[in-house]
Amino acid sequence: MPAHLEFLDLTVRYGKKKALDEITMSAARNTVLAIVGPANSGKSTLLKTINRTIDFITIAKVEGEVRISGEEVRSMPNVYALRRRIGMVFPLPVGLPLSVYDNVAYAPRRQGIHDKAQLDEIVERCLRDSVLWDEVKDRLDLLGTRLSGGQQQRLTLARALSLDPEILCLDEFSIAIDPVTTMKIEEVLTRLKEKMTIVLVTNLTQQARRMGDKVAFINDSQLVEWGDTNQMFNAPVKEITGRYLNGEFG
Amino acid sequence: MNASSNPFSPAAYELKKQRGMKIAHWTTGAIAVALLLPVAWLLWMITVRAWPALSWDYITTDVRSMGAEGGIWGPLIGTFYLTLMCLIIVAPIGVLAGIYINEYAPDNALTRSIMVAVTSLAGVPSIVHALFGLGAFVATMHMKTGMLTAAMTLSVMTLPVIITSTKEALSAVPKNFREACWNLGASKWQTIRTIVLPNSFGGILTGVILVIARAAGETAPIMFLGAVLWVPIAKSGAERLAPYGINDQFMALSNHLNLICKDIPGMSDQMMFGSAFILLVLILSINGAASVVRSRLRRRKRW
Repeated sequence: MPAHLEFLDLTVRYGKKKALDEITMSAARNTVLAIVGPANSGKSTLLKTINRTIDFITIAKVEGEVRISGEEVRSMPNVYALRRRIGMVFPLPVGLPLSVYDNVAYAPRRQGIHDKAQLDEIVERCLRDSVLWDEVKDRLDLLGTRLSGGQQQRLTLARALSLDPEILCLDEFSIAIDPVTTMKIEEVLTRLKEKMTIVLVTNLTQQARRMGDKVAFINDSQLVEWGDTNQMFNAPVKEITGRYLNGEFG
Repeated sequence: MNASSNPFSPAAYELKKQRGMKIAHWTTGAIAVALLLPVAWLLWMITVRAWPALSWDYITTDVRSMGAEGGIWGPLIGTFYLTLMCLIIVAPIGVLAGIYINEYAPDNALTRSIMVAVTSLAGVPSIVHALFGLGAFVATMHMKTGMLTAAMTLSVMTLPVIITSTKEALSAVPKNFREACWNLGASKWQTIRTIVLPNSFGGILTGVILVIARAAGETAPIMFLGAVLWVPIAKSGAERLAPYGINDQFMALSNHLNLICKDIPGMSDQMMFGSAFILLVLILSINGAASVVRSRLRRRKRW
């Protein structure tokens, strides 16, 4: 069975600067691939190549391949359909200037779903999955931009889940969220893993340890190494990996 | 205890600083208040001199004796249609161009040269626009001088204003919102339609309204292109409300004022200041509408 998500010799350049250098790794279906590494090492760029939002950065040049179920993303004729298969949560919380309800219903509506009962069901399910429901259920008409930073972050997660993505990419989702809520979301992610493959970029090595089936360590645009979580934490091949994962540099 | 031994009494340096602050406060304040003077004086002078002429009849009566008698119905309705036609031409073109430049155009030499062209166009004097209109529409394209060519000339003149204000309004919507939509699989146009335009509509509308005020007040671009001192107007019926065909010569307030002050000897003060008053009130109320739109939108800002 081919991997669900594969990177093959993926290189990304911003002008002359290499943001990613020949990354090759993969994630099997219904697993969590945790990616750790210092700031500015290319982790977010990696996520942008998956749903091709990298296309919006005009100076970015992509070589190599990103495959989803064996299909190269840049050969897909409909980029919007690709993006709808991939849930994406970036670290900066963004509530769209719409009500909480309309934020979550935004993507389904663009897909042609206008049935009120169906939308209600989607909105409630996604807000529950992002552990935001209890805080907003009585004020779904509140503007998304009026929520607190941590709530907007979870709203972003709810939006990403609204299309039932087959791959969910999370870029430091817990950056603005308290530890208790973070743990609740991690529980939800563990459950969601039965339906989707998760790519989790995180600054918290302990989060990578808790959540990851595989862990990849990216440093300075290069994939230093990747492998099973236990092996990465207990017997890394490279010395620098062990030092990073144990918090000795970074 | 005398003042000098009080530990909280200000030092000489502190006193000097406070004096400086006071001087700055009062000078800038005085200049700001002084700005009101010419405006108040102008309004007062025009209103007082126009007062004897002003009445409902003055607005609804035809121009008689080359403006020395009667009212200003013809020029007023002419300005209305001229501005409306200009708006119909320039608003869609300007807004769509603004959308293209801000949302679609790649950041390259072509886009930058378009913006340079827009900025330069905004700096062209209106009399040059008049000559351009005459040369392009009448001499080259063989159109008739009349309301349509005048409106087209005004459109060329106001186009850069609408493009620039549209672009500003659009770029005030944070880029994050667009990226969030793109990540959800929305196309650029869907993003513009659902998020960007609803949140920049007020700014775009303000720009359009200000352009109306500008077009209504301009004289130079229309005086070579069919605006005249007098044309006969139907006394009654629908044609009284729509007296000019699109290729007809027409009257307009700004041109009317220009001609009666300059070319007709023995014009009474009240007739000259009467049309000045009406033109001024018209433009001030359009600008007022723009301020109302702006302040309403500021109140319902969504982020």
